[in-house]
Amino acid sequence: MDRIEKTVMVIAIVLLVVFFGAIVVAATSYGVDVPTCVTDRKPFVESAPPFKTSDQPLRYEVHTVARMWMFDPPEITVPPGAEIDFYLSSADVVHGYHVEGTNINLMAVPGAVTYARLKFDREGSYSVLCHEYCGTAHHLMAGTIVVSHRAMEGEQ
Amino acid sequence: MNAALKLPVEPWARRLVLLEIALPVVLLVLGIYAGLLQVLFRAGVIQAAEFWGWEYYQALTLHGIVNAIVFTTFFAVAFGNALVPYALGTKLPLRWAWVSGIMMIVGTLMAAWAILAGKASVLYTFYPPLMAHPFFYLGAALLIIGSWIAFFNWIPLYLRWRREHPGEKTPLAVVGMFATFIVWLIATVAVAVEVVVLLLPWSLGWTQEVNVPLARMLFWFFGHPLVYFWLLPAYTMYYTMLPRLGGGKLYSDKVARLVFMMFILFSIPVGAHHQFAEPAISSGSKLLHSFLTFAVALPSLLTAFTLAASLEYGARQRGARGLFDWIVKQPFFSTDGWMFSYLIAGLVIFIMGGISGIINASYSMNLLVHNTSWLPGHFHLTVAGPVLLAFLGMSLHLLATYTGKAIRLKRLAVAVPYLWLIGVFIFSWGMMRGGLHGEPRRTNLGMSYLNPDSPFYHPEWKLYVTVTMIGGIIMTLAMIAYFTVFFATALRSRTKEPAAEFPLSEAYHDEPVGALANLRPWVITAIVLIVIAYTPMVRDVLRGTFSNAPGYEPHNPAPVNQIEQLDTSP
Repeated sequence: MDRIEKTVMVIAIVLLVVFFGAIVVAATSYGVDVPTCVTDRKPFVESAPPFKTSDQPLRYEVHTVARMWMFDPPEITVPPGAEIDFYLSSADVVHGYHVEGTNINLMAVPGAVTYARLKFDREGSYSVLCHEYCGTAHHLMAGTIVVSHRAMEGEQ
Repeated sequence: MNAALKLPVEPWARRLVLLEIALPVVLLVLGIYAGLLQVLFRAGVIQAAEFWGWEYYQALTLHGIVNAIVFTTFFAVAFGNALVPYALGTKLPLRWAWVSGIMMIVGTLMAAWAILAGKASVLYTFYPPLMAHPFFYLGAALLIIGSWIAFFNWIPLYLRWRREHPGEKTPLAVVGMFATFIVWLIATVAVAVEVVVLLLPWSLGWTQEVNVPLARMLFWFFGHPLVYFWLLPAYTMYYTMLPRLGGGKLYSDKVARLVFMMFILFSIPVGAHHQFAEPAISSGSKLLHSFLTFAVALPSLLTAFTLAASLEYGARQRGARGLFDWIVKQPFFSTDGWMFSYLIAGLVIFIMGGISGIINASYSMNLLVHNTSWLPGHFHLTVAGPVLLAFLGMSLHLLATYTGKAIRLKRLAVAVPYLWLIGVFIFSWGMMRGGLHGEPRRTNLGMSYLNPDSPFYHPEWKLYVTVTMIGGIIMTLAMIAYFTVFFATALRSRTKEPAAEFPLSEAYHDEPVGALANLRPWVITAIVLIVIAYTPMVRDVLRGTFSNAPGYEPHNPAPVNQIEQLDTSP
């Protein structure tokens, strides 16, 4: 290899190390992470709308069941600032769960539970799409997350 | 350019290679039609579940299986059957070559029947517990095992050559094809286990349930190296033929060999980067696979330099001056070295394919694009870029040389890759931009999200799906032009003696290669890396999976075994 080739190789390695370093920093310092292996929850077929799990005011947990061809619950409503623990399970085949415009992008895989957490600051309606092919009516499988002050009033 | 060395080929070896080229090109006509349907369905031009008897997801299955699995596997085998004996100066042993070819053809016909009969609309990833007809799985297994036999048939040729040429470097073309099939062999073991052990007995009703996360892990053990199985025959052409077609020499023989060895090392332990969004795999495993995916980007970055340097050398020999003159002075539209256009257009497309691939591999950043239309936008810049164009160019070259028929409509043949480049760039822009705005992949958008009468209507995607459709139509026109050239050439009468003839390049820097001369240490290290990358993942999958799943047919939300019970009850 001549000098230029060696230089190119070093530049390429440095570039890739910088990229990878940025990913690691995002995951460790900013908590931008991917779903992991959940071993303390069994797959479920009973859904649960957002409910509180602690004394903290805006912490919720939701259990969503994906099945051919709907999400259960199809629509959930939370107040602005809500931090939701999403647990996702499939009752039949593989489905997707993508909350548009957010980092909640999950697979519902039969036999296992998928978990992710997100805080919803902006008020509005977020569509949730099944983005994994799950049979003939896959394109009709969608849901909604509504972030609204009215959710707060309903509780009181 | 001097004429390339011509070697005679036995009639039955010729016929086999021609069959292995012609059958997939004929099937590709269906595959491209199915692709055109996709963009029309997705743009909302067709707002229905089916069009002329082809259901959307059935057509999508056919598009993926024919274009990405059948066409590519047949091509790699045919190309190796032609190139390996040629580069080693020997003949193809016929018996096992034909056994391999016939197995692949039978397997393809079985799977094609299942798909066309509407009994296997499970897409080319065939994720369980969606269940297909047993012929679909059996056909896939025969295709894969047939391709192994083709590879095993070349190994004695290579070993004999090594014995007869001690101390000589193995021809680079053989290194390229062996790297291709070593990656393929290791990777397909996993999918063969998935298909033969898990899915086939289950679809025959011998077993009731399947471990879905395990099946998915096995699929992606295969699914990403599959990408390099597509890419490496194209790389073989880039390294061994493109420099000569561009009027120059390969800048560095040693870097070429290093690149192929790095692909053997890093191609396989990367599967989890397709599974960032899934349960039953720990984030640690995902990060490790992300890291190894970055490692496999390195040989492609080196390739970008070496090929550019080779082309620059050629242009400077012809009098190019200054900083950029050499780029303009390439034989882009030469009809003599017409294959140059296929290879260079593919390389230009691959710049975008490679960059978007690094984004996909970037761990948490993947959540932004996972399963959106960004992904097919990306991989049409790889498999439908450098891979497709190199394979189309070489298929035409093999047709012409192995039948002894000069290519008809050569100017049209040279226009094909540039028309395709324009089409695929427009197509992928639409897909990728739409994906960043949440447009899903593999979804019949015309039935819901792109239908103004639907409660799910997303008018903000209209622009992206329309641009995608325009790109798709241009791609279809390019393929119609290609099929015209291919069949016009095939149907003319012979103009010269059939012979094997490949424009193999010389090396500019032809140094001794040391440890790169042997495949064995690289293969052993690759296996060690696979064990390191997959042992924790197997453990995750086993402890993160609580139950197995029964099978489902795509049109019925009740499990298959319950439907059967209902059928038999009074």
